[in-house]
Amino acid sequence: MTDTKPDVTAGPAKSPLRNVAFDPSAPLLEVEDLAVEFHTRDGVARAVNGVSFSLSEGETLGILGESGCGKSVTAQAIMGILDTPPARIAGGEVRYRGVDLLSMDEKLRRHVRANKIAMIFQDALSSLNPVFTVGWQLAESFRVHQGADRKQAKQRAVEMLDLVGIPAAKNRVDDFPHQFSGGMRQRVMIAMALSLKPDVIIADEPTTALDVTVQAQVMQLLADLQQEMRLGLILITHDMGVVADVADKICVMYAGNAVEQADVYQTYESPAHPYTRALLESIPRVDQKGQELTVIKGLPPALVNPPPGCLFHPRCTFARDRCKVEAPPLYPVPGGRASACHYWEEVMAK
Amino acid sequence: MTTDTTRAQEPLPVDDDDVVLTVRDVKKYFPLTQGIVFKRTIGHVKAVDGVSFQLHKGETLGIVGESGCGKSTLGRLLMGLEAPTEGSIRLLGHEMAGLKPSQMRALRRDIQIVLQDPYSSLDPRMTVGDIVGEPFDIHPQALEGRERRKVVQELLDVVGLNPDHVNRYPHQFSGGQRQRIGIARALSLKPKVIVCDEPVSALDVSVQAQVVNLFERLQDEFGLSYVFIAHDLSVVRHISDRVMVMYLGKTMEIGNEDQIYGEPTHPYTQALLSAVPVPDPRMKGRRDHIVLEGDVPSPANPPSGCRFRTRCWKAEDICAQEEPLLQIREKADHPSACHFAQPREIIRAIDEPEGQDA
Repeated sequence: MTDTKPDVTAGPAKSPLRNVAFDPSAPLLEVEDLAVEFHTRDGVARAVNGVSFSLSEGETLGILGESGCGKSVTAQAIMGILDTPPARIAGGEVRYRGVDLLSMDEKLRRHVRANKIAMIFQDALSSLNPVFTVGWQLAESFRVHQGADRKQAKQRAVEMLDLVGIPAAKNRVDDFPHQFSGGMRQRVMIAMALSLKPDVIIADEPTTALDVTVQAQVMQLLADLQQEMRLGLILITHDMGVVADVADKICVMYAGNAVEQADVYQTYESPAHPYTRALLESIPRVDQKGQELTVIKGLPPALVNPPPGCLFHPRCTFARDRCKVEAPPLYPVPGGRASACHYWEEVMAK
Repeated sequence: MTTDTTRAQEPLPVDDDDVVLTVRDVKKYFPLTQGIVFKRTIGHVKAVDGVSFQLHKGETLGIVGESGCGKSTLGRLLMGLEAPTEGSIRLLGHEMAGLKPSQMRALRRDIQIVLQDPYSSLDPRMTVGDIVGEPFDIHPQALEGRERRKVVQELLDVVGLNPDHVNRYPHQFSGGQRQRIGIARALSLKPKVIVCDEPVSALDVSVQAQVVNLFERLQDEFGLSYVFIAHDLSVVRHISDRVMVMYLGKTMEIGNEDQIYGEPTHPYTQALLSAVPVPDPRMKGRRDHIVLEGDVPSPANPPSGCRFRTRCWKAEDICAQEEPLLQIREKADHPSACHFAQPREIIRAIDEPEGQDA
């Protein structure tokens, strides 16, 4: 009996991924010109429209945007968990260590998920199955992906719970999700994402449902684990404060387009896109007394029938006639930045 | 000052003209029962446990706290949607407890609520005109002889919606517009006080500013008083004149905006403020970070003495034995419920905004 036991600590011995030619010198994750469409009754909605970015080890990329801007769809496309149909990946590449995932066979892709790229979702309560214990759900990845037996898998589950700072992990492993508090559930989600030692973590609004003091705990944990494991982290959020705290670089999205890309200091100090500038001016800050908030007039456009030209022009204070007809490309901005605005120089100068 | 160590805090002048709402030592306990046929009460969830404050005309009182601290229950108590277990709520000099339903109905014209979720707080089968005009079905005298449709259209105009949209349904509006519908409904009876229960939490950042500004404009225009319940400390700072911090059904600290944000004296307020991420990467690592351990204890079984002591880094033996009263302490200028209250600067802006108005 003992001799048939696979050595789970040695990693995935029979992983189908061993035949895939991952190039260790290639960037960790590259997204190029990703486009996702949704086919709806009203027409085709371009939820993601040519988004590109790259991520290296130990780096945190913040994807910032409002609801409906395509940030979660981008994440789901990278993970390969979009519902198709209605969604359709209309173009682009997602390369992990130089290998395009979008053209990869679904059976192989399944092993990339969790082993290489894992995801943390917003709502831990609905992401966990209420009828199985937390330990069983955590251990599932060890059983399925690594062929561990129940006992080993449970042992590993306890270790993972310990790692994410759940007190008395040994006793909590047989508890059900409803027996955990919101912050603890999010820790379980993090444990689950990290269980197979991925290189990339995508966190989709990981702390939005949590209280501020618990949010601080969870973000701290995520940052510590990222440092320790040299993870590439994609943090998807609408909270400009959280991004400023943890991200190294930022990609701001609006109506399916990446409108500004820069490192975090540059973005907050001198935004190069009117949307980013307006967002920063429209949020009340805890460290400033109440002044009149600058309002972004109007609403984000419908994705089915977007306005011609720049998608932001109906709400933009810098808009001119040119913006109504000519969609701006992503202009390079000094300092390795990019901005999708014809008048980025003017925006930065103001 | 007298050293009255019983319940009494500062004596509350009740009949001040300026005061619209007086809440005194209000408690709300929800019974916990066991058994199906023969229900036995096995305990109480002390959702609100002795809260007092006054609200003045044209003032905004922000109530902050984490989920489960009792701030929404307090809002429901103010609205008369729940009856307090103990304590008194006086609206415009009228005691709300023990009123006959007809009297209650009349009094409710003066206090209205804006709810958090603009998606579930509007009936999807009613038109906007019916939603905003529904209060007039209950209080026809509030129309004062005017035509209902016209009044509704005026209200829509006031909150920045197109008056021609009276016949549309809620699903035809965006989140921010729906919240405006909710605000128009609350305004329809010309109340003196509006309870805002997390009114902007469900909105996107770019829309949030529109609604926050609308609240401020309406306050100036109609002389409204707000009780603004929210968990977002930045929004509360922006809109409030005074702020009350709650934890497990108790008031931890109350003071004006400068006192609470500039020199918080209660450890919980300090921890709460330090946990709010500031949208400025230059503050990374330069701020005082207090990361609390653990979670909020169950309100059914709160800790003895000070309720915050299980997560507090200052806690000593006295905190477990003696409950700290909400009173002005030696080193501070505003009431704080901590034995060791001491001001501590948590938030320091690198570039101080110039021209601070008093």
